[in-house]
Amino acid sequence: MNVDNEQHSDTDAANAARAAVAARGISKSYGSTRALRGVDLELAPGRCLGLVGRNGAGKSTLVSILSGLQRPDAGEVTFDGEPAPPAGAVHAWRERLATVHQHSMIVPELTVAENVFLGRLPRRRGRVDWAAVRASAAAVLGEWGSGVDPGRACRDLSVEQRQIVELARAVAAGTRVLLLDEPTAALEHDAVQRLFTRVRQLVDAGVAVLYISHHLEEVFDICDDVAVLRDGELVLAAPTARLDTDALVHAMVHGTATAGERSAAPAAPRPAVAEALSAAETPAEPPAAAAAAAGTAGPVLELRALAAASPYGDLRGVSLTVAPGECVGVVGLISSGVVALGRITAGIQAADGGAVVVDGRALPPGDRAAALEAGVGYIPEDRRAAGYVGGLSIAENMTMSVTDRLSTGRLGVLAPRALTRAARPWADSLALVAASLAQPVADLSGGNQQKVTVARALARGPRLVAALTPTRGVDVASKELLLQALRQAADAGAGVLLATDELDDLVYCDRVLVLVRGRIAARLPGRGYDRTALIAAIEGVAGAFDARPTTETTEAGEEDQ
Amino acid sequence: MTQTEQPVELAPGTQPEGRGGRGPAALGFLREAALLPVLAVILVVGAVISPVFLTTDNLLAGVGQQVSALGVTVVGESLILLIGGMDLSLESTYGLAPMIAAWLIVPRAAFGSGLMLNPYIGILIVFAIGAAVGLVNGLLIVKARLNGFIVTLGMTVLLAGLQNGSVQGQSPYQLPQPFGFLGTEYLGKVPLSLVVAAVVFVVAGLFLRYHRTGRAIYAIGGNAEAARAAGIRVDRVRIGVYVAGSMLAALGGLLEAGRVSSVTGDQGYQEGIIFTVFAAAVIGGVSLQGGKGTMLGAASGVVLLGLVQNIINLSNAPNYWQLAINGGVILFALVLARIVGGESSAEKG
Repeated sequence: MNVDNEQHSDTDAANAARAAVAARGISKSYGSTRALRGVDLELAPGRCLGLVGRNGAGKSTLVSILSGLQRPDAGEVTFDGEPAPPAGAVHAWRERLATVHQHSMIVPELTVAENVFLGRLPRRRGRVDWAAVRASAAAVLGEWGSGVDPGRACRDLSVEQRQIVELARAVAAGTRVLLLDEPTAALEHDAVQRLFTRVRQLVDAGVAVLYISHHLEEVFDICDDVAVLRDGELVLAAPTARLDTDALVHAMVHGTATAGERSAAPAAPRPAVAEALSAAETPAEPPAAAAAAAGTAGPVLELRALAAASPYGDLRGVSLTVAPGECVGVVGLISSGVVALGRITAGIQAADGGAVVVDGRALPPGDRAAALEAGVGYIPEDRRAAGYVGGLSIAENMTMSVTDRLSTGRLGVLAPRALTRAARPWADSLALVAASLAQPVADLSGGNQQKVTVARALARGPRLVAALTPTRGVDVASKELLLQALRQAADAGAGVLLATDELDDLVYCDRVLVLVRGRIAARLPGRGYDRTALIAAIEGVAGAFDARPTTETTEAGEEDQ
Repeated sequence: MTQTEQPVELAPGTQPEGRGGRGPAALGFLREAALLPVLAVILVVGAVISPVFLTTDNLLAGVGQQVSALGVTVVGESLILLIGGMDLSLESTYGLAPMIAAWLIVPRAAFGSGLMLNPYIGILIVFAIGAAVGLVNGLLIVKARLNGFIVTLGMTVLLAGLQNGSVQGQSPYQLPQPFGFLGTEYLGKVPLSLVVAAVVFVVAGLFLRYHRTGRAIYAIGGNAEAARAAGIRVDRVRIGVYVAGSMLAALGGLLEAGRVSSVTGDQGYQEGIIFTVFAAAVIGGVSLQGGKGTMLGAASGVVLLGLVQNIINLSNAPNYWQLAINGGVILFALVLARIVGGESSAEKG
């Protein structure tokens, strides 16, 4: 239709007329942040549309608007041409559209059948018709050949089986529109394939599916069309058959698909990406080499074949080293295990296998206090949860890891003045904005709270800083200050392990490692890498690295393959 | 950007709440001082009800001696509340510790065991029992990760049972002087127990304010995850606080035993002092969510309740109604403290 995004009116008019869902001119702002700006999106019955975009592109906002959880500031959503129910009318929306979330939304204590009919159990004469519940649940689940027993309690099910229950719920409700929000994040490879088969069945049966994923290869596997969001705008909407990964990544990063529509057969595997990466790869960690040449003994941090399964991501044998004076960035999606890697290094959680070695000594697993004594500073990924004590003052938070050094005498007496004196230089160098150092941290803005957290990590003069997403939710100016503070710590001889999902955090890194599904998937120098290629690597575009043997000199290389 | 920047934009909105709930040190002092007008009103009411009320003898010997045992226990409970815990069993430790010690030191004729241990050893036993109970509580709650409410509820019943069972329901009396000394002696007109309580409050207050472990207690109660991330040995401090809290309750029990010159089976659990202990702490501004509160506040809560109790006693209120009046007054005081202090005991810290 003519309202459609002019550049990409790929959707044919006939389809648009009977779009199962159509969003027109959707805008949404949070304060000064414009999350969505006039987005048009259409979902045709019997088609699977992939929605991709980098963190903060507006995917989540669009999903919450399409599923009726939020009201757009402007624009409208229609189902089969009819206006959508008002936002928040949960039941009315659920009849139109079913959502399968990344995190399971089933009730673990109820049976499979009860979950399938959650909130709308069939009734007869005012009572729940349990026979009907079991029979219909069995019928729906039978179609999938899943082997999930409707009478079982959901708490006993695997992640995959829980997802089947969620899909079955959508099917049983007779919804013609299905929204899958990163459904594969917690699934093994084989389970992903089985999920795709089931989704395919639904699409073939005429259901319209919106598929949100960080993994671009999955989008090519399962989606008929793909839509790309960037900075709240829809920059590309096209059938997947007409695109290749390069074009898609290019659209995500630059907003246009200029890298070329797919010309040859899919057999030619994304040459531009591979080239860009290998070109950037050539100098193998120069700063580490320089540090070694300078006579520094051994790495400050050595991770040996770390393995872990945790809510913070899984690790499947990650090894790496950080030399003194070196800043190593580990980047990946949040689900890739970057956070788990940082937490294990800092002694916050224990690994299931492998070792954390600081200055040649293995740390006791999961012992934060021991890690601190070994010289590991820690910037947690979620500052509200673990970055500061809101009711205590700035000075006290900043000095929380050094009270043993600041206290006088053997009795451990802490003079408040000693805390202020120790905190003052950090407040100055990080340009902290506060009424006084006695102000409670809870009263500060997010950026200033993060400065307190960073100061706390650096105040002890750490040998190693484990910095997890250190600039999350921080304004641009503070971001720069925080990253510079980390760089300065490295220049002063500390090792910095910067684990993040944000590319902008990597500007001062000497080396960058890419983590994909718990494994190191790529190694790049700190500067001069191709941003597009890096994003492709993070988003898990396979093939870009398959052909290329790793040039990594450390023993870590073995773990990658 | 939406997800990442939301916290920043929300932060200013959450500020008023943050300010009201947990102000800086100066504000905290003001909040405690806010109880002063209430205390003044109570003094006036007391003076009207009974001419005896506003006499040195009544205030020091009547109120002072009565609240000192309670006050020491309130210090113990406040420490535990500050780390974000709770201990219902303090009331039974308050009864059991002096009971066992008394049983071991008084003669058989005074319902002792006949062992007739040295009274000084008896005092050590009081503290040892306190420490042991606190250690068990601490290990169960911190290491075994059991719920503190149900653990200490179970513990309080168990200990009260031991208290009565060990002496077959009797009340050992004829406590030898060193054992009852702290609870009975006077320094001039001032009961020694009041001095002990005052010292405990002051030492605990200074410790919380100026000692690294004291500050760690606030950090743990305020945000245990953040304290752990900062390298504070959270589990160790928590267990230590449970031990210290129980030992203070045992000391409170020792003072009380001295005051009444015997240990009754009722002391502690049967008297139901735990309600008064919690009420005094909360009225004094110690947060049930942990991380907030001072010893000055807790002390003012103790004094307030002590005065009210004293007025009820002096007012010749009918015996059968004293309990109801007591409970009603405490509830009223909690409401008042909420209004005056702006401190919500339901608020999530």
